[in-house]
Amino acid sequence: MAFISSGYNPAKPMEGRITDIGPRHFTDFLPPVLAKNKGAWDYHEIIEPGMLLHVGLSGDKVYTVRCGGARLMSVTHIREICDIADKYCGGHLRFTTRNNIEFMVPTLEEAKALKADLNGRKFAGGSNKFPVGGTGAGVTNIVHTQGWIHCHTPATDASGTVKATMDVVFEEFQNMRLPAPVRISMACCLNMCGAVHCSDIAILGIHRKPPIIDHESVDNICEVPLAVAACPTGAIRPTKIEFQGKQVNTVAVKNERCMFCGNCYTMCPAMPLADKTGDGVAIMVGGKISNRMTTPKFSKVVVPFIPNEPPRWPKMTKVIKKILDTYAADARKYERLGDWANRIGWERFFEKCDLEFSAHLIDDFRDPAYYTWRQTTQFKF
Amino acid sequence: MAKHKTPLLDQLESGPWPSFVSDIKQEVAHRYANPKGVDFQIPAECPDDLLGVLELSYVEGETHWKHGGIVGVFGYGGGVIGRYCDQPEKFPGVAHFHTVRLNQPSGMYYKTDFLRQLCDLWELRGSGLTNMHGATGDIVLLGTSTPQLEEIFWEVTHNMNNDLGGSGSNLRTPACCLGESRCEYACYDSQEMCFNLTNEYQDELHRPAFPYKFKFKFDGCSLGCVAAIARSDMSFIGTWRDEIRVDQKTVAAYVGGEIAPNAGAYAGRDWGKFDIQKEVVERCPSQCIRYEGGKLEINNKECVRCMHCICVMPRALKIGNDRGCSILVGAKAPILDGPQMGSLAIPFIKVDDDYAGVKEFIEATWDWWMEEGKNRERIGETLKRLGFAKLLEVTGTKADPRHVKEPRHNPYIFWKEEEVEGGWQREISDYRSRHQK
Ligand code: HEM
Ligand code: HEM
Ligand code: HEM
Ligand code: HEM
Ligand code: SF4
Ligand code: SF4
Ligand code: SF4
Ligand code: SF4
Repeated sequence: MAFISSGYNPAKPMEGRITDIGPRHFTDFLPPVLAKNKGAWDYHEIIEPGMLLHVGLSGDKVYTVRCGGARLMSVTHIREICDIADKYCGGHLRFTTRNNIEFMVPTLEEAKALKADLNGRKFAGGSNKFPVGGTGAGVTNIVHTQGWIHCHTPATDASGTVKATMDVVFEEFQNMRLPAPVRISMACCLNMCGAVHCSDIAILGIHRKPPIIDHESVDNICEVPLAVAACPTGAIRPTKIEFQGKQVNTVAVKNERCMFCGNCYTMCPAMPLADKTGDGVAIMVGGKISNRMTTPKFSKVVVPFIPNEPPRWPKMTKVIKKILDTYAADARKYERLGDWANRIGWERFFEKCDLEFSAHLIDDFRDPAYYTWRQTTQFKF
Repeated sequence: MAKHKTPLLDQLESGPWPSFVSDIKQEVAHRYANPKGVDFQIPAECPDDLLGVLELSYVEGETHWKHGGIVGVFGYGGGVIGRYCDQPEKFPGVAHFHTVRLNQPSGMYYKTDFLRQLCDLWELRGSGLTNMHGATGDIVLLGTSTPQLEEIFWEVTHNMNNDLGGSGSNLRTPACCLGESRCEYACYDSQEMCFNLTNEYQDELHRPAFPYKFKFKFDGCSLGCVAAIARSDMSFIGTWRDEIRVDQKTVAAYVGGEIAPNAGAYAGRDWGKFDIQKEVVERCPSQCIRYEGGKLEINNKECVRCMHCICVMPRALKIGNDRGCSILVGAKAPILDGPQMGSLAIPFIKVDDDYAGVKEFIEATWDWWMEEGKNRERIGETLKRLGFAKLLEVTGTKADPRHVKEPRHNPYIFWKEEEVEGGWQREISDYRSRHQK
């Protein structure tokens, strides 16, 4: 390999440098029919799962075909997406917030041909490349984080748990038969890059063992004050110990104060957390973002821990499927999962979903905890 | 041929959902075949070794990535996440595996020429693997080495006319819903506002000067397609303050069954005949709809603009004409004191062309937070520590019942001296003239 210069001159980093230009303006990329009707749309219709029609006040129509995908994408895959967009859509496409891909065409015939084409494309391993769906009262794609693919603090994998879950709920991706939309999210540690705290169903990686301290290295590879300051619960203090006959500067962790967040490891690589048996996932449910009918809600922890079972996490997917199916059978039209649980009462939710309640599910973390206890004599037997 | 056996990952190739394993494998094959003779600047075996190290994590149940320390491009404090593998001898292709965040365009629309340029760049100077997109909204280019960073930055800015996104204690890459470009519910141009503010605040985005991260998100209406209310320190959510426009003829068409309700979103199950009384009138959270004698009446003064009726009958009911946005402040994930949603600070503001009012509010808020916020304290936490009313004070916003769900439960009011007639300076002799010791 020979180093290929882009034109950048390391001796004169400021020469010809361009900075602070921000992203490209979106009008560079909008399909012409969207540019023309921008701000003047009349209505939309979901013609069939994964296929949307938008009609402008001008009478113009655009058909959108939405398909799922893994957000981890190779350039080979992106080039295939480009080929499809070049063939059908004049070279335009978009991605959705939830990692779906949308192709827009002018007529229903083209939309149908495109849908058939997308549904027909398979990876060598057999899975769909571009399954069409993700609209209306169903399950759409999962938003998630990095996991074992790229991050240093995950308690589980993201891409794998997502693939295993989507395989199990796939029918709901291609149907619109749930009482309301169900949004699933995944974050691989409790920093929640993916902000899973307002989702109908959330998968959250959690550690259960405090960091192991590599006393030999702390003083060499860490700034002790930074590690101390990183801990949100103040569990870490600087200390000196005798190690292999020498006095070393290191840290001590008050284990009973540790909330297993991994912030210390971010600051100090001599404090790793990951552990095969300690780590796993928690399941949270009942959050929502939309203001429709009821106000936005936080997700609640309903299963405190499920062990990691790669590659397919069967216990986890079984719990998710059970919750989804129970909701689908029991909720009223328009009722989001959390609204349903509130209506029937959480005591019923646990009963109907066959979930065990335990003291781990009673909040004991600081002020907000009190507001989740039951301050009434109204409850169900 | 692939270097590593991956029996566990191989099990993720079956099933209907797109397999990221199959996709990585196709990139492995593509890099080894190298049909265009690319002189890869990152080892050809990079995706192959990524599968190898991931398989090892699947076996051991533990990650193999180390925090990457500070890497980046000259003059920027963010945009690159450093990453090293803790088994570099076994997996040399991913020994260095930094990611680069690129600022996505508003609404994530693309043309293929741009994406193909991106693919060529990332094939030459990176792993060939991406996230389209990361959870913040950026295009995430996964896996490159330190010497490539300046080269990538040069090519992105010079050849693609695009910039990096944010990471660290700065303004993170703002994100928006697709808004007016394809959605009839959009109450303001969320894309343009996102673009405008991203450019206005480039310095804040690239050069960390905040106590901690700060996110903007822009939703065109209260349905929240980019989850602004839950995921941004400052959320801009479209709304209106006049009347829902009603087309009675089209309402009648919904009632008569000529048009499918909910734009067809519930069509997969037989929910029975559309019942406007049960599905709309009775489900309105403020009970402000009446349907009598074939006429739908909305008491708009009582409407809380939840969007339900409009979602059920999108062809008959339309958002109002006097539009703008609400601004909420302080959403964050649970770290540390528990999750927070945005709290309503500005119930309504017109979104004018220069965004002057919005910018004034943003800058007053930042000035206060940069002054008062502790290191690594999100603004939602600063608000909890110092009180919501403080935000109103520093931004010159008049308190209003819309700011609360209900008034306070305790009377511990921190009166200020200037609020009390006569001030706090009193003479004990004066008191004693009326009260004995
Ligand atoms: C029946 C009521 C709803 C209607 C008619 C509706 C309409 C839409 C439409 C038309 C889109 C696509 C925008 C476009 O690409 O044109 C969309 C996307 C989206 N909606 Fe809704 N929406 C509804 C309810 C909700 C609810 C309740 C939520 C969440 C709490 C929600 C969250 C989202 C999200 C996250 C997206 C982006 C999806 C993606 O990017 O993959 N929507 N919605
Ligand atoms: C102390 C707390 C936190 C730490 C130490 C932390 C650390 C990190 C790290 C290391 C990454 C890079 C992952 C990678 O690409 O390898 C990341 C990504 C990210 N973080 Fe955080 N984070 C924290 C809190 C949060 C919170 C509270 C949020 C959101 C409210 C958040 C949002 C994000 C997002 C959106 C990403 C991009 C994730 C993706 O798309 O893959 N982070 N964070
Ligand atoms: C600084 C705090 C407080 C002070 C100085 C205070 C003082 C008093 C006094 C002097 C009385 C007796 C009035 C009388 O019968 O002459 C009283 C009654 C009472 N206080 Fe408080 N109190 C305080 C806080 C609270 C709190 C926090 C609660 C409950 C949460 C509470 C509940 C009561 C009740 C239930 C009564 C009896 C009312 C009645 O007899 O009808 N107080 N308080
Ligand atoms: C320096 C502080 C306080 C002083 C000097 C004080 C003094 C008194 C006095 C003199 C009474 C009336 C006894 C009687 O004549 O019946 C009383 C009643 C009471 N105090 Fe306090 N008190 C103080 C603080 C508090 C606080 C902080 C609370 C509650 C949190 C409290 C709760 C009560 C209650 C509930 C009663 C009423 C009992 C009843 O009549 O039912 N007191 N207090
Ligand atoms: S959620 Fe945690 S483990 Fe996952 S990518 Fe974010 S910081 Fe890393
Ligand atoms: S994991 Fe978090 S809570 Fe535990 S010691 Fe480290 S920083 Fe503190
Ligand atoms: S947030 Fe509202 S305006 Fe924006 S795309 Fe979603 S439904 Fe449309
Ligand atoms: S938008 Fe919501 S609150 Fe307003 S009239 Fe419709 S259903 Fe009622």
